[in-house]
Amino acid sequence: MQENATSTKIKMSSSTKLFYVICYVVIAIVTLVCLLPFIMLVSGSFSSEQAIRFQGYSLLPREFTTAAYALIFKTPMTVVRAYGVSIFITISGTALGLLFTTMTAYVIARKDFKYRNQLSFFFYFTTLFNGGMVCTYIFYIQYLHLKDNLLALILPSMFNVFYLLIMRTFVSAIPTALIESAKIDGAGEFRTFFSIILPLLKSGMATIGLFLALGYWNDWYNAMLYMNDEKKYPLQYMLYSLMQKTQAMSAIASQANIQMADMPSNSLKLAMAVVATGPIILVYPFVQKYFVKGVTVGSVKG
Amino acid sequence: MKDFIEEVKRNKALFVMAAPAVILVLVMQYLPMTGLVLAFKNYRYDMGVFGSDWNGFANFSYLFSSGTGWLITRNTILYNLLNLITSQFLAVLIAIFITEMNGKIFKKLSQSIIFLPYFISWVIVGVFVYNIFNYETGLLNGMLASMGLDPVNMYDKPGAWPVIICVFNSWKWCGYNSVIYIAAITGVDAEIYEAASIDGATIFQRIRAITLPSIKPTIITMLLLQVGRILRGDFEMFYQIVGNNGQLYNATDVIDTYVFRSLLQNSNIGMTAAASFYQSTLCFIIIVVVNAVVKRIDEEYALF
Repeated sequence: MQENATSTKIKMSSSTKLFYVICYVVIAIVTLVCLLPFIMLVSGSFSSEQAIRFQGYSLLPREFTTAAYALIFKTPMTVVRAYGVSIFITISGTALGLLFTTMTAYVIARKDFKYRNQLSFFFYFTTLFNGGMVCTYIFYIQYLHLKDNLLALILPSMFNVFYLLIMRTFVSAIPTALIESAKIDGAGEFRTFFSIILPLLKSGMATIGLFLALGYWNDWYNAMLYMNDEKKYPLQYMLYSLMQKTQAMSAIASQANIQMADMPSNSLKLAMAVVATGPIILVYPFVQKYFVKGVTVGSVKG
Repeated sequence: MKDFIEEVKRNKALFVMAAPAVILVLVMQYLPMTGLVLAFKNYRYDMGVFGSDWNGFANFSYLFSSGTGWLITRNTILYNLLNLITSQFLAVLIAIFITEMNGKIFKKLSQSIIFLPYFISWVIVGVFVYNIFNYETGLLNGMLASMGLDPVNMYDKPGAWPVIICVFNSWKWCGYNSVIYIAAITGVDAEIYEAASIDGATIFQRIRAITLPSIKPTIITMLLLQVGRILRGDFEMFYQIVGNNGQLYNATDVIDTYVFRSLLQNSNIGMTAAASFYQSTLCFIIIVVVNAVVKRIDEEYALF
């Protein structure tokens, strides 16, 4: 193999060389384009308000300062509470969603379950047809009374058909003989599921759990529709309202006891964005492989 | 029915296991669908969804006679086509390039970084867009100023937004999509590539004769999945990138943003329900027809 590689290297024609040059240049550019906004974000959050106002954003912090971050943590009622809401909906939604998805995937993967096709279709149909934003909104508000109820941030994204199909693929990889032998040994269905199947689904559960958690963490849409009470804003929507409404900004100013004119509003927005995205970027290197796995499994249709 | 009861008796535990998800989907997804009757009603909050009076197709004719219906349909379809073509093309290109690269560290690092935009929320993307294009402190005008050029206000240039939206859509999704294509390419038996290079195939011949045919099924599946969503605008993307910017409505309004705005302004719920009904029904018909046609041509590619 080593020999082979050197021999192709010698034979490499000029057009092949050109290909590799283009290949590396294109990938380098795309990589930079994907990375630069993040760098701009971080350096902007450490720049002084004056520098941003008069010189605009840059790739390296100008007049380095941590004033924006100091301000965020000076007003714990706003930011820390939003963090709390985000963490709460992420953990509870992910835990329940994961349990429901896994159980359902197990049921539709069981070949001896008579209605598994009908059940799959029942879930799949929601991807083909839905009530749309208005009808869903009216129903949730008028009939389920979800306005300003944290359940409005948890229930809508708890179950997703694509996660179900991915999970089914993981379950299908478990030999049926295992389930049968557990049955023969006298284990009930629940016992079989929880003590034999679940331990074998660790990587599948990590994958779907991470997808669910990412969805909850990044959700702002449900908060925008259903949350009027600022105390119940999750982090992403808190950031959004900071971007859009001056009143959100002035609330922070009054809490920190500073004049609105002295607010480092530009760098504060960026610092908020860093605080909201930070946890994702920090765990990203460790969990990336699960997402790759999920995306790959999901692309092979079930 | 007798069969059903027997199955319940036999597999009681399985029914219990599936119950939470069934109830959740029934309540959160199926029941709101009944609200689509509002498309044929004159909705009044105090009378509720089912108590309001019927008004036939008035909502639909109002939606289309005002011209809005056509405009948002056109925008939704054109944006989806544009985004579909550019993002898939870019993803295939990235996947081919990354799999052809030799440097292990560079390969891994670039793949990780290109996948990164998928993980951030659209709110953050909105922060980026704002910080690049805002008139006073934006990066773009900063760069123009340093080159001695006049600043531009992108927010009164509707023509630029299809490009901006397309770029950010590709930016967000090219990593995700290329992961799919990279998996398809690495799934190809390495011996085929080895045999090809022993036979003296150039890199271009290899890509044309081995790589592209091997990812063709994946490309077709991805296209079909997206065609089924051709009338569904990505609300989160449009709303965070464009926002409530009246000057840009003609160029950037899609069905979903239109529906949301009407809901926000509490104007004519019946008409927005009509837009949703029209969108969902047409989408359903399109996907069923496309699937039937595909099934006839090649069973392998059918979605269901």
